[in-house]
Amino acid sequence: MSASRQAVRQGLRRGWTEFVQSLRSPQDQGFYLFIGVVTLAVLWFNRDNEVGETGLLYPTFALPSILGGLLTFGLVIGPGYSLAMEREDGTLLRHKALPHGMEGYVTGQLTLQSLTLLPSLLVVLVPSLLLFDGVMPGGAGSWLAVLGLIVLGMLATMPWGMVLGSVVPGVQKMGTWGMLPVLLITAISGIVVPIQAMWGWVQAVAQVFPVYWIGLGLRSAFLPPEAVVGELGDSWRTGPMLLVLGAWAVAGLVVAPRVLRRMARRQSGSTVEAARETALQWVR
Amino acid sequence: MAAVPEFPDSAEPPQLGPPGAGPAVRVRGLRMAYGTHEVLSGVDFDVRQGEVVCLLGPNGAGKTTTIEVLEGFRLPSAGSVEVLGVDPARGDDAWRARIGVVLQSWRDHPRWTPRRLLGYLGGYYEPYSTPERTHPWEVEDLLSTVGLTEEADRKIATLSGGRRRRLDVAVGLIGRPELLFLDEPTAGFDPQARRDFHDLVHRLSDLEGTSILLTTHDLGEAERLADRILILTDGRIVAHGSAAALTRQVAGTSEVRWVRDGEQFVHATDEIVPFVRRLLEQHGDELTDLEVRRADLEDTYIAMVQRFESRPQRHLAEVAR
Repeated sequence: MSASRQAVRQGLRRGWTEFVQSLRSPQDQGFYLFIGVVTLAVLWFNRDNEVGETGLLYPTFALPSILGGLLTFGLVIGPGYSLAMEREDGTLLRHKALPHGMEGYVTGQLTLQSLTLLPSLLVVLVPSLLLFDGVMPGGAGSWLAVLGLIVLGMLATMPWGMVLGSVVPGVQKMGTWGMLPVLLITAISGIVVPIQAMWGWVQAVAQVFPVYWIGLGLRSAFLPPEAVVGELGDSWRTGPMLLVLGAWAVAGLVVAPRVLRRMARRQSGSTVEAARETALQWVR
Repeated sequence: MAAVPEFPDSAEPPQLGPPGAGPAVRVRGLRMAYGTHEVLSGVDFDVRQGEVVCLLGPNGAGKTTTIEVLEGFRLPSAGSVEVLGVDPARGDDAWRARIGVVLQSWRDHPRWTPRRLLGYLGGYYEPYSTPERTHPWEVEDLLSTVGLTEEADRKIATLSGGRRRRLDVAVGLIGRPELLFLDEPTAGFDPQARRDFHDLVHRLSDLEGTSILLTTHDLGEAERLADRILILTDGRIVAHGSAAALTRQVAGTSEVRWVRDGEQFVHATDEIVPFVRRLLEQHGDELTDLEVRRADLEDTYIAMVQRFESRPQRHLAEVAR
C-alpha cells in the first residue's frame, strides 16, 4: 500500500477516534447541550409568532436557517479553533515529524469536523421535530436536497475554517479573529432575524458570504413554495445560491492547501515553545 | 577569536552500521541568522553511525536551532547539512521515516491514551517496514521499554510530567528510527526517571545501533550518555571530545586553597606539586588548612563557556581569574 494512502487511512482513524472521544467528554457534551438549549429557547418563546407575510410560525421559518447557521459556525470556528490549538500544543508538530503526517493530520481534522456536524445539528433538529408542529414540512425529496446542501455548505466553509486556524496568530486571538467576524456575519445573514429587517448595505454585505446562501438554500428545500414571499426579490434564487457556494468552495480548496503548507513549514519546536510561553503569560 | 582547541578522541566508539557508510549527520559551516542577530556562526561536526553525541551549551547557545535544522524544521542561512545522506531541507517522507524526533510536548492529545496514541502514530510507518528492519516498533514492547506499561490505558491528560516525557520519548521511537534527535530530553525528570532514561539511551545505542544526537545543559548527563560531547556556545562549537578527553585538557588548571593566620587564599595553577612544595617550605606551620581541587568537567565547561561567550564577559572572567 502506498504510504500516502496509508496516511489518509490513519487520518480517518484519527478523526473517528477524536469524534468518539468528544462524544464521551463531559466538556463537549456540555457544549452540545448549551447549543441545543439556547436554540430551542429562542424557538420556544417565539413559537406563536407569525413571520411577516409568509404566514408561517417562527419555528417553522427559522429552523432551516438556524441549522444553516450552526453548520457554518461549526465548520469555520470548529477547525479554526482546533488548528490554532493544535499548532500551539504540538499536535501538528508531531505530525510534521511523521512520514506523510500532514496528510494524515488534515484528513483527521476534516473527518472529525464533518462528524461533529451530526451531533450539533441533531441536538437542535430532533427536539424541534418533537416540540413544534409543522417544522421541516418537506418530504423525502427535501431531505435529500438538504443532504446535498449540507455537503456543498461543508465544502464552502470548512476550507476557510482551516485557513482561519492557520493564519490566526494564536488560540488566544481566536475570539477577535474568528468568533467576532463569524458571529457578526451570521447575525446579518438572516439566520435569526429575517434579512429584510436589515439596512440595504448590510443586506449587500451579507450576500457576499456563504452563511446567507446556505440558510436560503435550506429554507428553499423545506418551506412551502408560498413562503418565497419572505425572501429577497420573492425568489429562492437557486441558481445564484449554487453559484456563490460553489465559488466559495472552489476558492477555499485552492487557497487552503497553500496556506496550510505555508503554516506547516513554519512549525518547529521553538514555535510550540513560544506558544507555551505566551499561554503562561495571558496579560501583557 | 582564539583558535578552537582540538581534542584527540582516545575512546572512539566502534563504527556500527554498514562498513563504509557515511556519517549519520554531517554539518559543515552551518550558519543561522535572524535579521542581524547571528545564532549560529559556522558550526561543523559529524555524528557517526551508532554514536551518541551530546550537544552541550548554555541557554541561547543555539542548540535547539541546530537540532531543528537537522530535523528539517528550519532552513539554515548558510552551510551544508546532511542527515542520513540527505539535505533535511529536501528530505522526503521516506527519509523522514528513518529519523525519530523527541519533542517537548505540552498538552497535546489529552484525551488519548498512550497505547492508542502510539498505535495510531505507528501506523504511519507501516509502509516502510522491511524484512531487515520492521516498522513500527511493537506498541506493547515499546511501552515496557520506556516504562509506561502501567499507565498505558490512562488518559494522557492525567499523566505526570515525568510520565509524559517518557511518552514523548516513546513517540520519538515508535518508527524505530536509525537516527534519533532529542532536545533537552530529561527536562522535568525526577532522578529515577533520569536514570531510567539514561539506561534506555544506552540500550538503544547498544542493541538497536541507533545514532543519537541530544542536547542538554546538564553536564552529568552529557558525561554519562555521550560517546562524544560538543560544547556549543555563542553560536559555534568551542570544543569536542569524550568527557575524559575534555577534562584532561584543562585538568592542569587546578585550584589550591589554604588558610594562613586565619586568612583565606586561593591560587590557580597548572603545576600543583611544585607549588604546594613551595607553599609548605615558605609558610610551614603557619598553614592551618590546605585543599587542592583538580578541575572536573564542570570547571572545564564553565571555563570554556566563559572564554567564548561574549567579549565583555570574557574580559571579566579573565580578570576574575
